[in-house]
Amino acid sequence: MLRTALRNVLAHKTRLLMTVLAVMLGVAFVSGTLVFTNTVSDAYQNSSAKGFKGVDVAVTAKGQEDRGNTIGKTPDLTQALVDRAAKVRGAASVTGVVSGFTAIADKDGKLIGGGWQSQGGNYWGTKDARYPLVSGHAPRGGNEVLIDSRTAERAGYKVGDTVRISVDGPVLAPTVAGVFTTDDGNVAAGGSLALFDTATAQKLFGKKGAYDEIDVTAKSGTGQAALKSQLDQALPEKLVETTTGHKLADDQARAISSSMSGLRQGLLVFAGIALFVGTFIIANTFTMLVAQRTRELALLRAVGASRRQVTRSVLVEAFVVGAVAGVTGLAAGIGIGAGLRSLLGAFGATVPDGPLVVSAGTVVAALAVGTVITMLAAWLPGRRAAKIPPVAAMSALHAAPTTKSLVLRNTIGALFSAAGVTVVLAATTMSGDDGQAPMGIGAVLLIIGVFVLTPLLSRPLIAAAAPLLRGFGVSGKLARQNSLRNPRRTAATASALMIGLTLITGMTVMAGSLQTAIAKMASASIRADYIVSMANGNALSPDVAKEIAATDGVTASSPLRNAISRIDGRTEFLTGVNGSAIGKLTDLKVDSGTFRVHGSDVVVDDDEAKSQGWKAGSTLTVHYEDGASQRLTVAGVYEGNQVIRGIMLDNATLTPHVAHPDDMQVMVKTADGASSATKDRLAKALGSNPAIKVQDKQDLSDSIAKAFTLILNMVYGLLAMAVVVAVLGVINTLAMSVFERSQEIGMLRAIGLDRKAVKRMVRLESLVISVFGGVLGIGLGVFFGWAAGQLIGSRMPTYELVLPWARMAVFLLLAGTVGVLAALWPARRAARLNVLAAIKAE
Amino acid sequence: MPTTPSPELHPGVPPADRRATSVAARATDLSKIYGQGETQVVALDRVSVEFRQAEFTAIMGPSGSGKSTLMHCVAGLDTFSSGSVRIGDTELGSLKDKQLTKLRRDKIGFIFQAFNLLPTLTALENITLPMDIAGRKPDKQWLDSVIEMVGLRDRLGHRPSQLSGGQQQRVAVARALASRPEIIFGDEPTGNLDSRSGAEVLGFLRNSVRELGQTVVMVTHDPVAAAYADRVVFLADGRIVDEMYRPTAETVLDFMRSFPGGTPQTPEFDAKGRTS
Repeated sequence: MLRTALRNVLAHKTRLLMTVLAVMLGVAFVSGTLVFTNTVSDAYQNSSAKGFKGVDVAVTAKGQEDRGNTIGKTPDLTQALVDRAAKVRGAASVTGVVSGFTAIADKDGKLIGGGWQSQGGNYWGTKDARYPLVSGHAPRGGNEVLIDSRTAERAGYKVGDTVRISVDGPVLAPTVAGVFTTDDGNVAAGGSLALFDTATAQKLFGKKGAYDEIDVTAKSGTGQAALKSQLDQALPEKLVETTTGHKLADDQARAISSSMSGLRQGLLVFAGIALFVGTFIIANTFTMLVAQRTRELALLRAVGASRRQVTRSVLVEAFVVGAVAGVTGLAAGIGIGAGLRSLLGAFGATVPDGPLVVSAGTVVAALAVGTVITMLAAWLPGRRAAKIPPVAAMSALHAAPTTKSLVLRNTIGALFSAAGVTVVLAATTMSGDDGQAPMGIGAVLLIIGVFVLTPLLSRPLIAAAAPLLRGFGVSGKLARQNSLRNPRRTAATASALMIGLTLITGMTVMAGSLQTAIAKMASASIRADYIVSMANGNALSPDVAKEIAATDGVTASSPLRNAISRIDGRTEFLTGVNGSAIGKLTDLKVDSGTFRVHGSDVVVDDDEAKSQGWKAGSTLTVHYEDGASQRLTVAGVYEGNQVIRGIMLDNATLTPHVAHPDDMQVMVKTADGASSATKDRLAKALGSNPAIKVQDKQDLSDSIAKAFTLILNMVYGLLAMAVVVAVLGVINTLAMSVFERSQEIGMLRAIGLDRKAVKRMVRLESLVISVFGGVLGIGLGVFFGWAAGQLIGSRMPTYELVLPWARMAVFLLLAGTVGVLAALWPARRAARLNVLAAIKAE
Repeated sequence: MPTTPSPELHPGVPPADRRATSVAARATDLSKIYGQGETQVVALDRVSVEFRQAEFTAIMGPSGSGKSTLMHCVAGLDTFSSGSVRIGDTELGSLKDKQLTKLRRDKIGFIFQAFNLLPTLTALENITLPMDIAGRKPDKQWLDSVIEMVGLRDRLGHRPSQLSGGQQQRVAVARALASRPEIIFGDEPTGNLDSRSGAEVLGFLRNSVRELGQTVVMVTHDPVAAAYADRVVFLADGRIVDEMYRPTAETVLDFMRSFPGGTPQTPEFDAKGRTS
């Protein structure tokens, strides 16, 4: 039997080609994901381990908890602590570390690296072992800076140049004193690092006379653990924590691998979708192969093969197909992994160097996925093969699938669909998180239900297309009837496409609705013309608000200043605003009292007021972070939203109690309203700082749209694989159908159907199947998009369903294009069939 | 639906408007050679033959004699190496695939041994298929009379799988007749049928020649089937060796027994010869 199975694989190798390709793509996706994430994870871990080489023990400040009416403060790591650490017996050297965000502009004034990995720090003493200098000298004073060699090279800076940098708003223009190399993981990953002398760094990062961390290296002969216990004894236990370098490296490695495993799982989900779609093709192929070989299999049964042997022979074929697909898919996956890494580099997201990692796990996973998926999908056709009675070997007709078995199928499908719709609808009435799980379960039930029902659905839906097809004459008529001829086959082929399009449409509907909702929320109740903020979401220096207030044409401006406080033994966040201007900058609905933010008068949002039992006129005692307390009066209660909420008080009241004011954004109203001239003037007033964004409402919604477009495009890219696999499925089905119907096509050619019409017939059948899958997918996608939106809407008042009609039309067009493209090869084959050979074959 | 048959269907009356002597198809010096050099096989060797209008011709010959090849070449299904083939006034040798297809569609009717019908179409749709392909409306009256003749009136809505083999071939005959082709070619049209169904189909073909003036050329190896023809053309080794007018099963069989190296191909020949 094994020999028969192997011979069959060889005999049908062209017919199995599409199946192998489909499985191969799925396997390539899986192994590519594994290779890529392993490689990147290893590279990051290596580079971060390098970063901890110079640290045997790190000393950090111990955060204190908020207690009673006092805000727990993090103690400063003072110079005195550094000196005490240096006196420890086993300590060879001690480094005080200060760090913070530091943006560096390139020569065109643009931010280097997206702003997320722009780091700054201190250069310790005159020779810092962490940062070997390539050129120049250690920085001295506030006007000198060192930059890392990668950044220097990228931006073309050299010693003596002036660079524009910014820490929290104001632009600085120090001279490049030197260039250094570093193993810093952040820099290796494409970020930038600027170093100042310690005093300057402390001043810039708002830690006068203090450090973020004290790194201690051990004398030779002293282990990390020994040094740690020495430091624990020498330093005040209440104030500091000590951690060994090994542990730091381990923690970091763990953090990296867990963030990578998130990415890996995300990618594997999409790989799984592609593989799932692939199973339809496998099942279809083996069903067709078994049907074509009915007589042959019956003969095997007649000469004594058992049912199990017949099933096994089909499964052995599937195994061979899966193994071939697994091996080729693994090879392709390794290529994809390598390609992805260099692709990331091309997009500017530099990944630390490291070897390509193909682990044993990857190899096993690739082969297992290939063979197991193929065999699982071929199992049903294999069982069906075993049911062929030996007598079928004698009869001329091979049994067509009966409509009777569809009755059971339709019942099951209807039950699943009904259950799915019910559960999804029930989930939409739930709120937020509670609804997520039922929604997911309902969606899966409904997809299964619709898939099971597709043969039934194919009739009315394809019949609906009949008037269109009639325009194509006899080709259209034959195409329609051919596509209905084997509903199961059509259904499986269309379902493969349906799955991809369901997800694509669902995502698009949700993303579009969310984007509109967020854009609405961001600009709702804002009267300001501009919002000024940091590119990376960090806090702005209060100087920025001052600069803006002093700019020509600005009629009103206010920072949103975050501060922490204790009220009645609870931690509460305060928002400090410019009390005289905030009324002109916002358009908040006042539920009760007056919107007055001045002196001890504050306003609170409705949710907060409700939960604390405050009303207009209530008083509350606030304990600031510096320990001072003050009685405040609730002047009014306003309707809050996601952007503006909480306790709002005047900055004149708040700021004296805050050591380092953090302005999350500054709202600006100008005399001329939003215009590019005003915007330029503002940007110029802020020193054309690349790290600061000046956005009007349009920019705001554009940037939100951009973020969504990016995510959507990534999802499209990942789902594209599932669509490609589905296209292979359409090609496969058509090629098989053409092969099966070669006699018919020959007869049609003999009685006068020309090649063009034959081609058109195959192409139209393909179009019908693809568009059918597309319509189902888009329909389901809209339903899921709507249902998920109901859940989101329960937490987001501005949410409303936005149907992306243009996109949906594009998707339908895409389905049609898929159909036409998939038919190219099968249609050519059909048109080229030799009439005589076709009608003579018996 | 007209219940009275059209005047053309009255038996024994040859249609006056058909020129019984003119030629529907003609092959001249027709050769077909497969392969080259040592492996060269001559399937047809300078065959010249005419098929006259309103004549029922059977082509016979042992297996490998070239009878099917001759039919395929004359019917525009196959290319030939040299010589000429004319259907009416059209020379086939110079036609491209597209023109040949159109010629088959408009001027030729086909009845194959098997796979005559599309399983997805009803009997009626199968009958009108050539007209559908051409985008023409069938002549309703003619169609009715053809359907009447083959006796399929109550089976028109059935699919091929719901019809018996004989009924399926009757549909095929009706299809061939429905578009009023200049000539109908049959390739063993009764090869898969039992003798009674075969006789029916052959009867329809003969009636179409006698009553409707149709021209029919049929390849067969069955002397009983050949006996329905007006004329039998015998082929051997790619050449025409003889022809016979007004054949009977016995005369054809006798001739074939005397054939060089020729005995009838089919083992079931005897049974068929006696029952029909």
